[in-house]
Amino acid sequence: MSPELVGYITTFVLAAFVGIEVISKVPTILHTPLMSGSNAIHGIIFVGAISVTSASHGTVQLWLGLLAIVLATINVVGGFVVTDRMLEMFKPRRPAEEKR
Amino acid sequence: MSNINLLATSGLTLDEGVSLLYLLAAVLFILGLKQLSSPKGARKGNTTAAVGMLIAIITSLTEIHPSSGKVILMIVAVIIGTVVGAISARTVKMTAMPQMVAAFNGVGGGAAALVSIEDYTRLVSSSHGIVLAISVVFAVVVGSLSFAGSAIAFAKLQELMTGVPITYVGQQVVNGIVLLGILALAVVLIGFTSSIALLAILLVISLILGIAFVLPIGGADMPVVISLLNAFTGLAVAGSGFALGNTVLIVGGTLVGASGTLLTKMMSDAMGRSLSNILFAAVGKVTVSSAGAVGVSQDQAVRSGTADDIGVLLAYSQRVIIVPGYGLAVAQAQHVVRELADLLEQRGVDVKYAIHPVAGRMPGHMNVLLAEADVKYDQLKEMDEINDEFKLADVALIVGANDVVNPAAKTDPGSPIYGMPILNAEDAKNIVFMKRSMRPGFAGIDNQLMFDPKTIMLFGDAKESLTKLVAAVKAS
Repeated sequence: MSPELVGYITTFVLAAFVGIEVISKVPTILHTPLMSGSNAIHGIIFVGAISVTSASHGTVQLWLGLLAIVLATINVVGGFVVTDRMLEMFKPRRPAEEKR
Repeated sequence: MSNINLLATSGLTLDEGVSLLYLLAAVLFILGLKQLSSPKGARKGNTTAAVGMLIAIITSLTEIHPSSGKVILMIVAVIIGTVVGAISARTVKMTAMPQMVAAFNGVGGGAAALVSIEDYTRLVSSSHGIVLAISVVFAVVVGSLSFAGSAIAFAKLQELMTGVPITYVGQQVVNGIVLLGILALAVVLIGFTSSIALLAILLVISLILGIAFVLPIGGADMPVVISLLNAFTGLAVAGSGFALGNTVLIVGGTLVGASGTLLTKMMSDAMGRSLSNILFAAVGKVTVSSAGAVGVSQDQAVRSGTADDIGVLLAYSQRVIIVPGYGLAVAQAQHVVRELADLLEQRGVDVKYAIHPVAGRMPGHMNVLLAEADVKYDQLKEMDEINDEFKLADVALIVGANDVVNPAAKTDPGSPIYGMPILNAEDAKNIVFMKRSMRPGFAGIDNQLMFDPKTIMLFGDAKESLTKLVAAVKAS
């Protein structure tokens, strides 16, 4: 195994633990926004999409790559915007939160 | 690119600078998720993650060197994606949120699959390590499965197709065989031969499995499925990250994969069910001998009342607990229900809302909808908080909810929803059940509560009925 690969596996394993740990105390009412927010985060595939598209050879590869860019952009933009809209609705609860 | 110059003068190479910026993006993702899981910081958390995303994207632009013709096409692709994503996210109704999330998840899975297909076409022409091949094939399979599964979830929630589970004899066996086919083909592709044709077949079978996997799951369980597919997409993205040797993809994808898996489990726990029960039990299918259907014979009488009667009942009550459900959201009746509640409060009636964890179509969905209608936060009571208060309530007013007040969940071990925690509406002195018709709820099972002697049915569209109730309360 190459040193890079070992590095990637290390990153993967640590990220898995962090991912579990970081949301372990989420209350039920935030399940939906959290799902939606993390949904936006996997839009990071955008980075992969532009990378393969810029390195593409031939028409088929180019258009598949462009399609991937369109889809990934929808994922990122739509994901963050829709999550923000959901969480916007929690605003009127501010005064009540202070009571807690 | 001034940041690059800055990095250069501080003795960093471009590569190192890129890696550090990716690390920064990863940290922001983690912080964002952390903030998203507490009510105080949730909205900020979303912004934090978005900033991380922006940093990662800008950083990645320094790594690519496309021809100018490609640059234009790529910019056009980004503009199309941005417009489609922003418009649909901005205009979607609050009630349609769940299917919107499904759609955004699906396109993410599709993108991951496409990226990996591109990667594979490059692998074919070069010698490559086995880990690379595994991660590429994994990302293609899981990404396309997530894409197709999300499409079905979307169609079910959007009611483009029936939300009732679609099952047939031997379904799990067939799905199992499809899965084995995928595994076998994957092994061939990873270990023995590189063939684009075989990859195309693998892609098609994975799409089929995605569809077949979601078909037998009922509409009510869709949020859990979407959450699971969300985790799948995350893992597919992580797989692409391995193949491309890109750490930010690995971190971002893995974070979503891991947290999404835990979230899926938490969601099914909130419904009092195991994940395998949700995925494989086809709850909501109207089966002939299921105990949910037994015990409610067709000729049992229900008592139905007029809005005027019920208006008087409400006006002269001391305590009223409103149980809102998805029917309220569909009828866009959250504003009228608040009007009714305000009116009752002016008369000195104590009004509270009992929010089941899965009221609406997703956990937290109902809180969002009621908050949109400016319902006061301290009136919203979570299930555990309010369940003991039902016996003190004069009226439990059930508006468009059904399964979450179905006593069969407590009393009938044969019921598909047995074990799901429910709101104790049946303990109230009077139960007003507002419903469009006698049709079973989202889970497709009958509700004995409708036949309870204490229950008065008020048939009709939730919004119209509530408007009539408002008038009746004003008049009394």
